[in-house]
Amino acid sequence: MNREDFPMLDDSIIYFDNGATTLKPKQVIDAMNKYYLKHSSNIHRGDYDAAVTTNNAYDAVRDIVAGFVHCKSREVIYTSGATMSINLVVFGYMKKHLKKGDVVLLNKAEHASNVLPWMKLQEEIGFEIQYIPLSEDYEVLYENVVNCVYSKTKVISLAHVSNVIGDVRDISKIGKFCREHGIIFHVDGAQSVPHMPVNFQESYMDFLSFSGHKMVGPTGVGILIGREELLEEMEPLCYGGGMNAFFEEDSTYELKSIPVRFEAGTPPIAEVIGLGEAISYLQKIGMDKIHQYEKELKQYFLSKVKDIPNIIVYNKNINSGIVSFNIDGVFAQDSSVYLNHYHICVRAGNHCAKLLKDVLPVKNTVRVSFYFYNTKEEIDSLIEALKNSKDIFKVVL
Amino acid sequence: MDSNLRREIILDNYQDPMNRGLIEDDSYLKVNTNSESCIDNLDFMMKIEDGVVKDIRFDGEACAISTSATSIMIRRLLGKSVDEVKKVLEEYQKMLHEEEYDEELLGELIVYDEISKQPNRLNCALLPSEAIEKMLKEIK
Repeated sequence: MNREDFPMLDDSIIYFDNGATTLKPKQVIDAMNKYYLKHSSNIHRGDYDAAVTTNNAYDAVRDIVAGFVHCKSREVIYTSGATMSINLVVFGYMKKHLKKGDVVLLNKAEHASNVLPWMKLQEEIGFEIQYIPLSEDYEVLYENVVNCVYSKTKVISLAHVSNVIGDVRDISKIGKFCREHGIIFHVDGAQSVPHMPVNFQESYMDFLSFSGHKMVGPTGVGILIGREELLEEMEPLCYGGGMNAFFEEDSTYELKSIPVRFEAGTPPIAEVIGLGEAISYLQKIGMDKIHQYEKELKQYFLSKVKDIPNIIVYNKNINSGIVSFNIDGVFAQDSSVYLNHYHICVRAGNHCAKLLKDVLPVKNTVRVSFYFYNTKEEIDSLIEALKNSKDIFKVVL
Repeated sequence: MDSNLRREIILDNYQDPMNRGLIEDDSYLKVNTNSESCIDNLDFMMKIEDGVVKDIRFDGEACAISTSATSIMIRRLLGKSVDEVKKVLEEYQKMLHEEEYDEELLGELIVYDEISKQPNRLNCALLPSEAIEKMLKEIK
């Protein structure tokens, strides 16, 4: 659907790398261009017309985000992306609230950005990181989460949808459990917020991170949502203009209130405006509709791929728009180079989930990740290419 | 080079590469090449005695280009002096970067003479040469 809005699709590429980043519709590009062409100016403190226009456009996005994921506007922090959002949670909030002996609960299917910051903070504090065991289908299941929790568990941080397996974790149930047990609950929404309805409040989240570029928005902008009372206790990681109320020669200073306290310096203004446009764009289609359609595409792919004997799919039973597979006996990168000959864009590798190799039978996979602008005809082309893959080295070499 | 012959040489070396598999021996120089631009990840080990390459071995996961290039490179370098090895690596890199090079020195390595047409594969072809260079730097 909506293919006509995406200039990249004019070049007849088949774009199945949406888990890495999505294409951008004209509406988003136009909104950003409008800022650069018609009202370039900095935010805050501008009294001329262009600055007022910019300020209004920029501030309005906080309300758009809040409406989109169901939180308060003052709980919305602009960051540079999900990675920065998670680092802000870990080093801005958790650093003050964790001590030696505490346990942070992760799992081995997480993206590097939800593992490495914790490992780094662990070096400083000496808490323990434990990993929730994955199910036979490599999912994080509610009962396994609960079984891992004991008195020392202070944080659970996990992706809503994992970026290799694509399993949709039961966030609401896990969130409720965390709230009842006084456990901080951080959700990495990078692979879910773009693809399905996400409700910050109803899912009892304490923090939610996501990126603009994976949801038809621009690169360089992301969001951290944090519960108001927690944000009041969170330390900024950056200090400078825009976030202070005053500072004096005797080194006294006061910071502004949340959320701008966490947004030192000139922010990515065009990108924030672009993100607002992207969210409005997705809302017009409807997140439920997007989610249903992606599941339909995956089922369609599975129904076709099952007849090709040399394709090994690792996440058949997972109901989201992500497929991880290999061509039997072929290194994932050779497969993606092969598919590129058919102008099919996919990703090969460990997809930044470098601990997953301990659990999956292979280290590297080919990942196809769908979005609403993909079609069954495109999947037919992929299937056709995979059927011909006996001759892969004739094409690749 | 005829493209069928080229493909055959690469494929043979990919499917049955020379000296795949590491051994326990502390007298070898060792290096891991975890390419930053792709997902190839190979461990290398090399034994040099009296200034001559006695053995090079490797293992790990990598694509057809880097695996085959490693295999062909090993075959080319065994028994050569350190100076000769450096010369081969230099000429190989010149070829990959589309500069003038000495074909004689490279032997079967010339199967990669058109790899620069696929820039995303250039690093794959460079991987063994970078690994061996790193190990040579360790020689006191």
